[in-house]
Amino acid sequence: MTGDAGAEAIKGAAPAQLEVRGVTKAFPGCLANDDISFRIEPGEIHALLGENGAGKSTLVKIIYGVLQADQGDLIWQGAPVTIHSPHDAREMGIGLVFQHFSLFETMTVLENIALAMNDVRDMDVLRQRVLEVEKTYGLPLDPDRHVYTLSVGERQRIEIVRCLLQNPKLLILDEPTSVLTPQEVEKLFETLRRLADEGCAILYISHKLHEVKALCQKATVLRGGKVVGGCDPRAETAKSMAEMMIGQKLTAPNRGETRKFGDVRLAVSDLSLISDEQFGTHLKDINLEVRGGEIMGVAGVAGNGQNELFQALAGETEQEAAPDTIKIDGKSVAHFGPRRRRRLGAAFVPEERNGHGAVPDMSLSENGFLTAFRRMALAARGLIREVPTKSFADNIIKTFDVRTTGAGAEAGSLSGGNLQKFIVGREILQDPGVLVISQPTWGVDAGAASAIHQALLDLAAKGTAVLVISQDLDEIFAICDSVVVMSEGKMSKPRPMADVSIEEIGLLMGGLHDLEGNATPVMDTQTQGGRVGQA
Amino acid sequence: MVRLEPRRQHSQAMVYLSPVLAILMTLVVGGIIFAFMGKNPFDALYTFFILPISNSYGISELFVKATPLVIIAVGLAMGFRANVWNIGAEGQLTMGAIFGGGLALYFYDSESMFLLPGMLILGALGGAFWGAIPALLRTRFNANEILTSLMLTYVATLFLSFLVHGPWRNPEGFNFPESRPFPDAGLLPVIYDGTRVHLGTALAVFVVIAGWLLLSKSVIGFQLRVVGKAPQAARHVGFRQKRMVWFTLLLGGGLAGLAGLFEVAGPIGQLQPSISPGYGFTAIIVAFLGRLHPVGILFGGLIMALTYLGGELAQITLGLPNAVTGLFQGILLFFLLACDVLTKYRIRFGSTAAKGRTA
Repeated sequence: MTGDAGAEAIKGAAPAQLEVRGVTKAFPGCLANDDISFRIEPGEIHALLGENGAGKSTLVKIIYGVLQADQGDLIWQGAPVTIHSPHDAREMGIGLVFQHFSLFETMTVLENIALAMNDVRDMDVLRQRVLEVEKTYGLPLDPDRHVYTLSVGERQRIEIVRCLLQNPKLLILDEPTSVLTPQEVEKLFETLRRLADEGCAILYISHKLHEVKALCQKATVLRGGKVVGGCDPRAETAKSMAEMMIGQKLTAPNRGETRKFGDVRLAVSDLSLISDEQFGTHLKDINLEVRGGEIMGVAGVAGNGQNELFQALAGETEQEAAPDTIKIDGKSVAHFGPRRRRRLGAAFVPEERNGHGAVPDMSLSENGFLTAFRRMALAARGLIREVPTKSFADNIIKTFDVRTTGAGAEAGSLSGGNLQKFIVGREILQDPGVLVISQPTWGVDAGAASAIHQALLDLAAKGTAVLVISQDLDEIFAICDSVVVMSEGKMSKPRPMADVSIEEIGLLMGGLHDLEGNATPVMDTQTQGGRVGQA
Repeated sequence: MVRLEPRRQHSQAMVYLSPVLAILMTLVVGGIIFAFMGKNPFDALYTFFILPISNSYGISELFVKATPLVIIAVGLAMGFRANVWNIGAEGQLTMGAIFGGGLALYFYDSESMFLLPGMLILGALGGAFWGAIPALLRTRFNANEILTSLMLTYVATLFLSFLVHGPWRNPEGFNFPESRPFPDAGLLPVIYDGTRVHLGTALAVFVVIAGWLLLSKSVIGFQLRVVGKAPQAARHVGFRQKRMVWFTLLLGGGLAGLAGLFEVAGPIGQLQPSISPGYGFTAIIVAFLGRLHPVGILFGGLIMALTYLGGELAQITLGLPNAVTGLFQGILLFFLLACDVLTKYRIRFGSTAAKGRTA
C-alpha cells in the first residue's frame, strides 16, 4: 500500500498531507464508513460534504484518533500511520475544532486552553503564546475572561486558538459556522485562508453549500457512508452540490400565489421574563404579531433567548407574566399551561425531538396520543381509546411518509428526519390555528426537510399563523413571509422578507442596532466590553 | 474481553427474562452460601423454596404473605414509574394500621357491620396521610422524598410502639405491650375455611387489575409514564410533575395503609409493637421484580412471600438465622438490577466491534 505514495514521491510530486485509503467502519446495525478514500494536499482547503448521517463525523473521529477504523489506512505525509488517540493526533499536528464546544463555562479562556494542551509547564509562557497567535491570525480574545461571558463566536475562537498553538499541519473544522452570524463567518474564513496560505491543510466539514463554494478548493461528497464524488466547489452551483449530496433532484418549495393574511392569531406584547437557568437569557420586551396565513421567522444566533421564547409561548415556563402579554386568537393565555393553550388551537414543536417533542421509548401510537388526545378526542372517561389512537398514528405515518415499521415502533428507533416528520405531522393533523415550531429541520436530511417546509407552507395557506424559530437563514429565506431577529433576549421589529437582505439580518443577529433607524443600541454595558471582535 | 454494547432498541425478551435469570443466579449464590454454612445446599434450597409450598396450608400461607406485598408494590410501582421514590411504605403501612385499628379499638365492643368498612377507609386515609407529608415536602420545599419517606417510617413505627405500650395497651392484657383484640366485627372474614386467607387477598387481586387498568389504559397512567420517561416532554404537554408526586404518594401511601390494616384486621387481630416483617421494604423489591407492572407484581409478590416462609422453615428445621430471609431478598434485588442492564445492552465477547452488519 505504501508503494503508491513512495512512487509519487519519486516522481517528484510532494506526498499528500493526509491520504485516506479505503477506510471502513461499522457500528451495530450500520456501516458508517464504507471504503472511503481521498487526499488533502498541504495548503488546501478541502470540503467534506454530506447530509447528517452520511458518515462525516465518524470519519473525522477516525482521523482524530477517537475511533479506530475496521479496515483501511491513513497515510500522513507519505507514511502510513496508526492514530491511537486524540493525544497522538495532536502530537502529529492534527487539530480539531468541535461542532459542540468542550469548554468549561466558569473557567477563563487561558485555563480552558491549558486544559486541552498536551503539556503545559508555565502559564505565563502560554499566555504569551496565546497572545502571539491571536495577533498573527486576527483572533482577538482576552485570555482572562470567563467563558460564560463570551459570545458563541468568541467561544469558537478559543477552540481555534487551542488548535493553532499546536502548530497544526491539518486543521479539521466540524460544522464550524452553525452558531455564527454571517459577519463572524467571514472573519473565520479570513483566518482559515491565512492559515492555508502558510501551508496548513484544512478539512472543512459542512452542509452549507454557499460557504463551501466561497472557501474551499476541493470537495469530497459522502452519501450513506460512501464517497459518491469529488468536485471543485468553485465550479459548481449550490444546487448541483446539494443534488450530489442527497442523490436526487431538488425542488424548491412551492409557495403558491401571493398569500393574503388574515387577522392576528398570535400576539406577544411587552413580554419580559427572567430566566431561572444559570446561563439562560432573559427575555426583554418581546413584541410580535403573526397573522393567519403568515409564516414569520425568528432568526438569531443560538442562545439569544430563542429557547426561552419557545418555552414562554408553549407555556412550559411557570411564569408570572401578565395574562395579556401572550394572546392566541385574541384570548389572553400567558397564565395558561400548555394544555389550555392547545385547547385554544395552538400547537408547538420543540427543537429537541428525543425527550422533549417525543418520548423515545414509547411507541408512535403513544407519542401521537401525547399532544393530540384532547383535540383528536383520543381519550374518553379518563381511558385511552386504543383504536382511534392507533389510527391517528397510522394517519400521520401515511400522510407524512414516515419510514417506520408501524405505529407500534418506538419513537427512539426512528431516524431524526422520520421522527421529525412524525412530530410535525402530529401537530399539523390537529389542524392548529397557531403553530410555533423551533428548528424545524435541524439535523434532518434534505428530503425530509423539503417535505416539512412544504407542509408548513400548506398549513399557512389554510390560514394558520406559523412562527418558525430557526438558526438556518436559508430556511427562513425559503419559507417565511416576514422575519424578526433575536439578540440577547431582545427582538427586532418585524420586517417583510421581500425587503430585507441577509447582511441586515446578520447585523441584527450581532445585536448592533435596530434597523428602523432609531439606532437604539441593544447591548448593555456587560457585553459591550466583550464584543471585541465584532465587525 | 467482555464488553457491553448498547442495543438499538430495548430487548422485550430480556425485560421478561431478566427476573428469571436473577432468580436462577440467586439460587446458585444462595446454594453456595448454604454450603459455606456447612449445610447441604440442595437440602437447604429444598427446605427454603419447595418445602413451604408442599402442602395446601403452605400454599394458603403463601397467599397470606403475598397479599400485603402485592398491594403495596402496585402502589409503589405507580410512583417508581413517575420517578417518585417512595421507600417509606413500611411507615405508611404502620399508619394505616394505627388509623384503622384505632377505630376498632374505640368501638371495641361494637357489632356493627359498618365497623370494618370504616376501618378500611381510615386505614387507607392513614397511609395516604403519611404519604402526603413527603409529597408536601417535595412539592413545597423540594425535599428528597427518598429521605423524608424513609425517616417517617421510624416515626410511624415508634408512634405505634408508644401507643401499644401506653394509651392503647390492653387493660386486661397483663401489661403486655399489645392492644385489646379487635371485635369480631372488626376482623376480616376468612374466605377459605381452615386457612388464614382473608378478604384482603381477594382485594389484592382487585388491586392488581385496577392497577393494570390505571397504568396501561388510563390517561393518568399515561401521564405517569411520560413524567417518568421524559420529564421535559411532560412539561411540554403540560403534565404537571407536582401533581404526579401528590398522586403517586397518596395512592402508594393509601394502598400501603390498606395493606397494614389488612395485617392487623386479618392474621394479627390486634395492634402489636411489630405488625410487619418489613413488608413495606420488601415490596420495593417486589415492584422491580414484577417490572413495575401490576401483573408481574402478582408473581413477584408470590416469590418474595416464599422467601418469608422459607426463612421461617429454615430457622426451624435447619437452625439458620432469620437474617437468611433478608439475605435472599437482598441478593435477588442485586441480581435483578444487574440483569436489567441486559435490556439496554448486549454482551459481546472479543475486542472488536461486529463487522459489516448493515442495517
